[in-house]
Amino acid sequence: MDFGLSQDQVLLKETIRRYLESECPTTRVRAIMESDRGHDPDLWAGLAELGVAGLHVPAAHGGSGLELLDVALAAEELGWACTPGPFLACALGIAAILASGDRDAAARWLPGVARGETILTFALGEDGDEWDAGRLATRARNGKLTGKKPLVPYAAVADALVVAAQDDDGPGLWIVERAASGVTVAGLQSTDMTRRLDAVQLADAPGTKIASGRTAIDRARDAGLVLLAADAYGGSRRCVDMTVKYALTREQFGQPIGAFQAVKHQLADLVTDLDPALSLWWYAAHAYDHIRDRAERHAALAKAHLTDLYDRTVRTTTELHGGIGFTWEYDLHLWFRRAVFDRAFLGEANYHRQRAADLAGW
Amino acid sequence: MNLAYSAEYEEFRAEVRRFLSEHWTPEDAARQPSAETAATYIGGGVADERVTAFRLQAIERGYLYRHVPRRYGGSEQTPDPLKAAIIGEEFRRAHAPHEIMGQGPSMLVPTLLEHGTEAQKDFFIRDTLLGKIRWCQGYSEPGAGSDLASLRTRAVLEGDSWVVNGQKIWTSSAREADWMFALVRTEPDQPKHDGISYLLIDMKTPGLDVRPLRQMTGDADFNEVFLENVRVPAANIVGKRGQGWIVSRSTLKHERALIGGSHLTRRTFDGLVMLAKALEIRGRPAIEDPVVRNRLVELESRLLANEYQGYRLLTMSARAEDPGLSAMVMKLSSTTLGYDIAKLAMDVVGDRAMLAPGEPNAPAMGMFGTAYMWSLGVLIAGGAANIQRNIVAERGLGLPRDGKK
Repeated sequence: MDFGLSQDQVLLKETIRRYLESECPTTRVRAIMESDRGHDPDLWAGLAELGVAGLHVPAAHGGSGLELLDVALAAEELGWACTPGPFLACALGIAAILASGDRDAAARWLPGVARGETILTFALGEDGDEWDAGRLATRARNGKLTGKKPLVPYAAVADALVVAAQDDDGPGLWIVERAASGVTVAGLQSTDMTRRLDAVQLADAPGTKIASGRTAIDRARDAGLVLLAADAYGGSRRCVDMTVKYALTREQFGQPIGAFQAVKHQLADLVTDLDPALSLWWYAAHAYDHIRDRAERHAALAKAHLTDLYDRTVRTTTELHGGIGFTWEYDLHLWFRRAVFDRAFLGEANYHRQRAADLAGW
Repeated sequence: MNLAYSAEYEEFRAEVRRFLSEHWTPEDAARQPSAETAATYIGGGVADERVTAFRLQAIERGYLYRHVPRRYGGSEQTPDPLKAAIIGEEFRRAHAPHEIMGQGPSMLVPTLLEHGTEAQKDFFIRDTLLGKIRWCQGYSEPGAGSDLASLRTRAVLEGDSWVVNGQKIWTSSAREADWMFALVRTEPDQPKHDGISYLLIDMKTPGLDVRPLRQMTGDADFNEVFLENVRVPAANIVGKRGQGWIVSRSTLKHERALIGGSHLTRRTFDGLVMLAKALEIRGRPAIEDPVVRNRLVELESRLLANEYQGYRLLTMSARAEDPGLSAMVMKLSSTTLGYDIAKLAMDVVGDRAMLAPGEPNAPAMGMFGTAYMWSLGVLIAGGAANIQRNIVAERGLGLPRDGKK
């Protein structure tokens, strides 16, 4: 019985945190998020060198062969630092290929991903806030895909998209190369400038089928839900951390504002809900690999709970900063925006709570 | 991360189960209304001979009062939070009496072990552990609630006795208790925290008057205790004069200190789900209402977070890591959750939530209304919510201390 991190996991977190503190302070976050593609190949190469890109990739394909919990710990650190780039997109692509069980696809794509040379993304959601694998409009016929994926993270820089679609056998997964014919990628202005979104149009685009049925799609989605929860937790802790520091130095009425009970109690309420929530997403990540019959529901619970808390945290901590927190110059809005993405991507909290109620048999 | 117990611990679990199957029969279990009432005698129940005999066997085997030395009636085991957790799980499963809850074993015994004289330890601890001496806590006063150190009940040494005058309030179990451990002011000239002493007072002493205090539920689970020239032997002080504040702070250093009571909240929540399935709102089961479903899932997420936080705290304890803030938030987190669960139960009960306990048509005899009120009681008791927030903000987050002029 050991519900805690291993020494390797603690080391992984520390290594990523130190690297991002020195290589990706918010000045660089801003430079990347204001760039054309919202992606800095040098930063991504540096993270890949630490092993961040290939944590989930099996050792046989050049990765570390670790579990979703390890990937989630990295997501927490990237959330803490508000790191821009295709980490989540790649992690979803990896999870989808692993869930498909397709060996050829794994051998073809994963070694490059682990080296940081290949970027993947995952195209699930469709118009009408549709994230359900059973209700997709994108169709595959004779190895060609047609349809619209309006909100795909980092499609513009991806080498390949893992696309959820339907054919005559029902839902499944296909790999579509971004450079293939019939693939149109249009960049979008995204609220969270650290996670870019593109609209993808498929018109008879050639794809390789890697999975039949919805299981692999759901598994990839569940991995994404856990990673969003971890990102939300890391970001929330950072916002609290920034606000505590600010409350100790900002003086009004002749004392640090952190001496006022109103301020103390708002912060105390936040961490009182946040701190135990860490255990919820840890459990969800652990369940993904070890307690399969609880994995899907816990991923839904963790995503809904943590992203709700993230919203509350960015809202409260911005308010506690006062006017400075509302400026472009101050960094807090970077996380505020990130919380908007974490909440909406793969479906909002309410949707996942309704799913969790259904999954409980209520 | 590994949620399974190792073979060594599974062997220990099997041993505990064997012990329970041999010493606590299903008939014994059936006599206990629930695992909790079996373990709890704070409400004035008396540990009967069968229960006491069982507890003695369990102590002999090293399962109960593991932090208390054998010579004082404990089982003196090497601290092992995982074994303690297994014992708790198995005893609950068997509906077998665990350690007596209440303020004697949980507060007075650790205090005596750390600060008591040999004579005090010999006299009090063994009988307290078996429920033969029952205790109440004389801390709060009408003018000293959150600011406990401002208490004014005073004790003056006259010859070989302390003469105590004053009033205590919110005293649970005072009517059933044999003894009270109390904080009193003995050094009026000293700064407030340094003027307090810790006394043990026999409840049968002349001049001590217990009056029931009726709380908002209509019942009287608390009391006021009036002390008028109550004479307490000078030897009944624990620690030195003026050190009572420090003595009272001696924390529970043993292995159970960190293990929360989320199994009780789990039971309440499971009861709420059953209620929502059984009761109809406007012609359909409450559980089919989308808002009710959403709220249930939201509450369950918080409950699960607290349950898994229990695993995390247990692991920290087993690794001898300082849980810091993670332990400080648990009282506020669990009591706030308890309140929200009770509130949803009231909504699920619907119109009949307006019916008082005892009204035949009230669901579950109106217990949900009482539970709703009690969920506020526990939010206030033992350090009200805002005091908890101060603790989290000051000790957990390092924000400036409050009330320092």
